[in-house]
Amino acid sequence: MTKEEKHKRPDGRDIEELRKIEAKVGIIKNADGSALFSFGGSTAIAAVYGPRTLHPQHLQNPETGILRCYYDMTPFSVSERKRPGPNRRSAEISYVTMKALEPVLQIENFANTVVDCYIMIIQADASTRCAGINAASLALANAGVPMKELVAAVSIGKTGDKIVVDLSKEEEDFTIIKDGKEIKAATDIPFAILSKSERISLLQLDGKINPEDLKEAITLAKRACKKIAEIQKKTLKKIKEE
Amino acid sequence: MKKEKEETEELEETEQEITEKDEKREVVVPGEVIATGKDFLPGEGTRKEGEEIIASKFGLLEKTDRLVKVIPLSGAYIPRAGNTVIGQIVDVSFNGWMIDVLAAHQAFLPVMECFGYINKKDLTEVYTFNDLIVTKVRAVKPRSVELTMKEKGLRKLEGGMLVKINPTRVPRIIGRAGSMVKTIKDETRCNIIVGQNGLVWIRSDENDVEKEITAKKAIELIVQKPFHEGLTEKVKEFLQEEIKKLNKQ
Repeated sequence: MTKEEKHKRPDGRDIEELRKIEAKVGIIKNADGSALFSFGGSTAIAAVYGPRTLHPQHLQNPETGILRCYYDMTPFSVSERKRPGPNRRSAEISYVTMKALEPVLQIENFANTVVDCYIMIIQADASTRCAGINAASLALANAGVPMKELVAAVSIGKTGDKIVVDLSKEEEDFTIIKDGKEIKAATDIPFAILSKSERISLLQLDGKINPEDLKEAITLAKRACKKIAEIQKKTLKKIKEE
Repeated sequence: MKKEKEETEELEETEQEITEKDEKREVVVPGEVIATGKDFLPGEGTRKEGEEIIASKFGLLEKTDRLVKVIPLSGAYIPRAGNTVIGQIVDVSFNGWMIDVLAAHQAFLPVMECFGYINKKDLTEVYTFNDLIVTKVRAVKPRSVELTMKEKGLRKLEGGMLVKINPTRVPRIIGRAGSMVKTIKDETRCNIIVGQNGLVWIRSDENDVEKEITAKKAIELIVQKPFHEGLTEKVKEFLQEEIKKLNKQ
């Protein structure tokens, strides 16, 4: 690949290069576990409470403990003010986040209880749900919840005909002009993987992609997730140095 | 009063101690392979997958002979039989009390597990709403925790102040063979009871609130700097300085 081609991404990144990652744990004093995770301009904070008794009682599961996720964006996180409170989008993301994290939790011994995970996006610049999942995974570990492994998430996508890792907002809104009309030509695939068994726990698709490209995208995403899992591991281990 | 103090000291000896220097222990994260081969047995906070032993909690790795376990570094209290805890009465029923011990489930203390004669017609005479008690976990069942008062030193706590800390820091507060808590007790002349659930009860022997606050500050210092070497000495220095300041006033 020539140098010119390499620098075709708007922020000058390589196709497999992630944005600057920042991760911290134990940022919220009153929570049982908490973490911050950011991909460049996308910053998520997560707080975990529990296992605690679940109310109202009819939601309790006598067989196992359950996980509840709440994803939301702060009004100031996006360029146009977001109306506070849940909406259709946040309900969907809360659900997929819960489904992405659920397979790693070992809370069968906590019958009738709930682990609550609150994810707040304090600054948004695409792939916020991936930042949210990474933060939640760190926060769950920080809360001492028994887990099989960690969850690492990254967004992968296509801008035009190039497959790139960790899309920024600019890339997500990539358009091409065809027949004098501006059409959306970006594909966004949020992707989450379990750190050890390498099983996929989240795969959504927004846009168009053909099967061959999807396969390639997944191999790229797996590699990127490994890097993220390493960062998560390092972040958790840092606690001793402080 | 003196008798009471002796009792509480006896209590702590049975509690968890720090066996090794934590500085030497490794921090592990969930999903990390901590041992391979058939020579090791998976203990608490670990699971076995084929021949590998994998951490399922975030904490410090401890290997004793063949047993491998992970001691959590953070998180909510998980009750275990034999733990001495501090709890608050949240409900009084016809045959016992419901007690909040900061665990996932409320704990139950049956009348049968209390000493002496109890007038069953009115259990509030013994313990009533919002009373604090120091009690012991008798058994942990899938969806309940059972408590007992039938042991030396278990009683209702009157007066004093309550400090809430992270339960994983409790062994630090107690120190090796109770050395840390003894230092605080001796310097501030306070009666201190450390519950395994992260509640610490402090009451000054001289009814001096300032000294209780000093003890509280010392506890907060330990919680903030759990990995410092020679922490007991540092706490001792800190307390002596604080006491000096108090005496000057």
